[in-house]
Amino acid sequence: MTIVTIARLTIAEAVRRRIVLVLIVLTLVSVSLTTLGVERLVSLARASGTNDLQVQVGVSQILILVAFMFSFVLAMTAAFLGAPAIAADLESGVAAAMLARPIRRAELVLGRWLGLVLVVVAYAVASGLLEIAGVDAVSGSAPPYPFLAVGFLAAQAVVLLTLALALSTRLPAIASGAICVVLFGLAWMAGVFAGIGAFFGAGPLVGAAEATRWLLPTDVLWRGTVYGLEPSLIGAIAGQRVGPAANANPFYASAPPPTAFVVWSAVWIALVLGLAIWSFSRRDL
Amino acid sequence: MRVGAGEVFGFLGPNGAGKTTVVKLLLGLTRPTGGRATVLGAPIGDRLTRRSIGYLPELFRYQPWLNAREVLELHASLIGGSAGPSPSDIGRGLEEVGLADRANDRVGTFSKGMQQRLGLAVALLGGPRLIVLDEPTSALDPAGRADVRGIIAGVRDRGATVFLNSHLLSEVERVCDRIAIVDRGRVLASGSLDDLLGGEVLRLRVTGLAPDARSELAQFGPVTAGGDDWLSIGGVPPDRHPDVVAFVVRRGGRVHAVDGGRRGLEDRYLELIRGNQS
Repeated sequence: MTIVTIARLTIAEAVRRRIVLVLIVLTLVSVSLTTLGVERLVSLARASGTNDLQVQVGVSQILILVAFMFSFVLAMTAAFLGAPAIAADLESGVAAAMLARPIRRAELVLGRWLGLVLVVVAYAVASGLLEIAGVDAVSGSAPPYPFLAVGFLAAQAVVLLTLALALSTRLPAIASGAICVVLFGLAWMAGVFAGIGAFFGAGPLVGAAEATRWLLPTDVLWRGTVYGLEPSLIGAIAGQRVGPAANANPFYASAPPPTAFVVWSAVWIALVLGLAIWSFSRRDL
Repeated sequence: MRVGAGEVFGFLGPNGAGKTTVVKLLLGLTRPTGGRATVLGAPIGDRLTRRSIGYLPELFRYQPWLNAREVLELHASLIGGSAGPSPSDIGRGLEEVGLADRANDRVGTFSKGMQQRLGLAVALLGGPRLIVLDEPTSALDPAGRADVRGIIAGVRDRGATVFLNSHLLSEVERVCDRIAIVDRGRVLASGSLDDLLGGEVLRLRVTGLAPDARSELAQFGPVTAGGDDWLSIGGVPPDRHPDVVAFVVRRGGRVHAVDGGRRGLEDRYLELIRGNQS
């Protein structure tokens, strides 16, 4: 019950502090502009005689680039919502008054996490699906697995949010947010290095890059988003012409993330959340 | 050190003495490195015992984007339990601290003094058996301080215990039944004000009194000489003050000033703290 109270408080905070309003406005602006851009490009391409298949491939690549921009925005949003969730309340003194009540520290952490997850996932799903629907409406081409793509996008945000929250039990908000953004970038680069390393048969490089991708699962989840947005034709062409090196391209995925990895991502979230609770429970205020 | 049920207990000490640390230990916000203590019969840090404790932190901050009523509603739901505070309790609480007409205003628009009043309402919510107030009047004007004294008296009247952390000696002297003076993590003295300050003392500023007459003053009580012609005579009740003055005048002394009453808490406090630090 306390967890629900704290989660509701967190959502109310996001609404009252106009975070939700800003996210809605940003979604409408970015979806409108990108949809307009796609509509213009498709009209120009069709006028110059480009066939439907080429248009479909082109639109899918634009959609993947838009998704990448959105995944970065989402990562920043998750990191900078999660980072102050505990740290700012500790610094201001708001947390002391609440924790003097008969609540467990775990309930505060879980309530904060749940509230922020709902905000971030709602943003990811609404924004992602609106973008896909907008592009479909103006171009007539829809990605093969839109829900899978959006699901992986949201999962990526939840991973970063959880990490930021865990760090904020010990570090100031700005430090936690900055660490998350840097690690997000590193995991993305690790995906590129793993692909290049595989092409050159550089075992240690692949090992280090793969370990990084498992330590922070955002890049593999990102490849899941790409897979969901990519027409199967692209996978077939890239597989034939480029081979395994195609995986070095962060905007390409030869296959969805393995089930074991999806399970690992869920376990990762649970472990980091557990670590956040453990760390916060042992902290003197 | 022990605080009895129903007492208003003053916890005094200089900055850095460990007063707030003790409060945080009592509430389970900080864990002890050693030793043990109990609150309301349970070991410190016990979660469910906190249902019966109200707390006003030294750094009183509440969600600035909530209004005053919502802050109290939040704390009511965090207290939980079947006998949690009702909406009418919340209304009464706001009235008690003088915030009834600001109930629907955002906390972010409140002055520091109003936020401290809100903190008091939060601490009093649900009729706790123990109320821990850490510097409860630090942001209040004189009228606000008088209000807090009235609130503390009301809390004592309904049988609850108040643990008051403060450096405002005059406030403590006026409202507390018992006090402890601490410095550098140690209790230097504790007890009732009578225990700490001793009984009545009559102070006189006298000139022209012969030495033999001066020694005869001992008939009224033990005499100690201070600087600037001041004499202190211990154990003289107020109704005998005129007798002492008449005696001095009869024996040729000139009385410039008379000060009856107890030794001030400030004198005792400074004596203990300076003694500990030297």
